[in-house]
Amino acid sequence: MSGARWKARLTPAAAGANTAPMEIQRGIAPGWQRLIACGTMAAGLSALGACVNVNAPAEPIVIELNVNIKQEVLYRLVDSAEENIEENPEIF
Amino acid sequence: MAATGKTIRNIATALLAAGALATFATPAFAQRDPAYAAARANGTIGEKMDGYLGFVGSPSGDLKKLVDDLNIRRKASYADRARSQGVTIEEFAFTQGCLLIARTVAGEKYQAPDGSWQTRGSGPARVDPRCPAAG
Repeated sequence: MSGARWKARLTPAAAGANTAPMEIQRGIAPGWQRLIACGTMAAGLSALGACVNVNAPAEPIVIELNVNIKQEVLYRLVDSAEENIEENPEIF
Repeated sequence: MAATGKTIRNIATALLAAGALATFATPAFAQRDPAYAAARANGTIGEKMDGYLGFVGSPSGDLKKLVDDLNIRRKASYADRARSQGVTIEEFAFTQGCLLIARTVAGEKYQAPDGSWQTRGSGPARVDPRCPAAG
């Protein structure tokens, strides 16, 4: 919100791994800049009366893809399974 | 003459409508072998989680032969579809099992996620948590 730029980069240890855990690092946005930006914004949006702070999590973010792929496959198969019942009603 | 023609047309329309109605009203499983339908209804056999039929008790020789044959034909259909979907037969069969268990009717047997045989009541069947919600 304050023009802070974020960059994601692979941690060296995980660079070759399949799951590719990502570590989000704060780029160019020193604390005082954020404070000023936040204050300006707070003044501008005093009606809302809130300033949202976004903090980067301490731990690397690891996204587990296996579960989603499994579910996605199952959903795709349901259509085919329904068709199977319609086309071969005598065996179901 | 014109009146007779009209009457014939009316009768034909009525017959067509009745035929269409019968087609829609007939459930898909009306094509089941009577012995198979009876075994399902009296709970001698049930739908397993793996997509095949299983015996709840000990079946007669004739019933075993019938069910084995159905399972072989089921497996052939799973193999075809698994190949075209790029999944294993087991994965396809499992999905089919989710659907078949969800579609059991009251009084029929199905295998619950813990492996036990359950009788389908008026509520929904207990399906494996990995089953897709649709069905």
